[in-house]
Amino acid sequence: MYAVFRKELADHLASRRFAILFILVLLAAIFATYIAIENVRSAVTPTTEFIFLRIFTTSDGTLPSFLFFLSLFIPIIGIALGFDAINSERTSGNLSRLLSQPIYRDSVINGKFLAGLAVLAIIVVSVIAIVAGLGLRIVGVPPSSEEAFRIIVFVLLSIIYGAFWMALAVLFSVFFNRAATSMLASIALWIFFFFFMAMIAGVIANAYAPLGSNPTPEMIIKNVEIQGAIARISPCTLYGEATAALLTPELGSLNPALMMVSILAAGRELSPLPFSQSLLLVWPQVVSIIALAAICFAVSYIRFMREEIRSV
Amino acid sequence: MGQVVVETKDLTKTYNGFTAVDRLNLRIEEGEIFGFLGPNGAGKTTTILMLLGLTEPSSGIAQVCGYNSTREPLRVKRIVGYLPEKAGFYEDLTVEQNLRYTAELNNLVRQEAEKRIDSLLATVGLSKVADQEVSKLSRGMKQRLGIADIWVKEPKLAFLDEPTSGIDPEGIDDILNLIVRMAKKSVTVIFCSHQLNQVQKICNRVGILAKGRLVAEGPIDRLGRQATGGGRYRIEVEVAQLNPKLIDSLKRVKGVVEVQASGNSLLISCDKDLRGQIAKVIVDSDSLLVGMKIEEYSLERIYKKYFRET
Repeated sequence: MYAVFRKELADHLASRRFAILFILVLLAAIFATYIAIENVRSAVTPTTEFIFLRIFTTSDGTLPSFLFFLSLFIPIIGIALGFDAINSERTSGNLSRLLSQPIYRDSVINGKFLAGLAVLAIIVVSVIAIVAGLGLRIVGVPPSSEEAFRIIVFVLLSIIYGAFWMALAVLFSVFFNRAATSMLASIALWIFFFFFMAMIAGVIANAYAPLGSNPTPEMIIKNVEIQGAIARISPCTLYGEATAALLTPELGSLNPALMMVSILAAGRELSPLPFSQSLLLVWPQVVSIIALAAICFAVSYIRFMREEIRSV
Repeated sequence: MGQVVVETKDLTKTYNGFTAVDRLNLRIEEGEIFGFLGPNGAGKTTTILMLLGLTEPSSGIAQVCGYNSTREPLRVKRIVGYLPEKAGFYEDLTVEQNLRYTAELNNLVRQEAEKRIDSLLATVGLSKVADQEVSKLSRGMKQRLGIADIWVKEPKLAFLDEPTSGIDPEGIDDILNLIVRMAKKSVTVIFCSHQLNQVQKICNRVGILAKGRLVAEGPIDRLGRQATGGGRYRIEVEVAQLNPKLIDSLKRVKGVVEVQASGNSLLISCDKDLRGQIAKVIVDSDSLLVGMKIEEYSLERIYKKYFRET
């Protein structure tokens, strides 16, 4: 497997695809960070906590934050690294040659997946490190140890999230013979989850718990809860919630209804949660993303292993 | 008799009710170049895939050098090289990098691999393009790279599926010469092709597959005798002047079954190659022997004959 891993990794790193993705993500990151830093300066008061984390989450209202950019780009990177993993080997005629070498069949798919994961980790880690470094240099406030932990978990979570999208793309690359088809299928699914899921959740929630012209608080809470539950089918929502809780310690709950109530009722600055509590808060989301990635990989693994190599 | 390299016992493969390979019994010995013939869809590739352990047989046994292909596929793959019909290489890697990858997958030590790759590239005549990307190679060069690719692991057995399709005549000769060279280094070769003249040129033995069954198997000249002369040798003799006495004395030669005369030439069917005796009889009868040749069998004729029957 090591040979496959090494070759795939070298291929990725030397490919144009990798260069384009990296430059794209890097530009977006630097751009977002620059805006964040401008705004962080004006928003900071002597009592503000977690200034460093705000580099990742602050936006100026018109342009999105670094966090938003990252949640946009990670699926694209994942898909780009996986969509032609198996079917390109098949169409180029390399697969039967490769499988006639004395290696276990699963080392092909494992090696490819691990190489993709390594590239993903390289991109995510380096982009976040660059942003953090820029922030440190310009804002001049070093991260506290708690902030550092939160960032590390954020990095890991982002890699896992990317792994999910890559596993999905690999899955399609096993099922579809043409790389273009598998790429389109992955992107279609991503667009569905990213843009349409929230809309669909809203429509369904309104159908089940209509707000009417003069809604009571109970009706609003029920509506919002249904929306939240449906939106959580989407891994994009899961990632969004988890990163929000990690990078915004003030977020006390991920229950959409409770969040609304607490904001409405308190109407004041929320006191931040300790790291361990934030971690507990995001745990279900993290596990769900890992499970989704594992399921995608398992299905493609089984399908690839059982697939009969037939004469053409 | 050399060591048995390939052996199948009642090897059968069915896909959803369609029998691709039907109770195939095959035995191929070390150093042979075995021509594997048959129309498209006759089951040649399926047989190869089963021998490689890439496809599981429905029943029967496939063995390579004593290893069961289905149960010990890794052992088999270590000693078998396979060049598929539509073999591809990594287009954006160089020739050398492609071979190095194959060497790595075969767990070759780096230095040993480099040595082998260098000498192989020289053998197949690709030394000059070693650092070029595969996408820039011609089809003939790619096929030679394919030969080098299976040779890197120094296999005991090589499956070549249509290695000469789509190549110019000169390129074909190069490939055929390489195959012969490989066989001289005691690599057993199974050569699948529709180009019967090429098969005839290099193969010691052929097997003809039709609808999954082995309809004929053996050395080409024996198959030819079976197909055209009822299993007999046919010798054509031309003399200056034919006299009836000669025919009688020829018929008396032990082993001669039939003598047909037309004009000044005779067609003699016999059980063995009796050219020497026949020449002696003719000379003794004071006739002038002008020419004599034993009938050669074109594989094409044999092949067509078998497919007329089935």
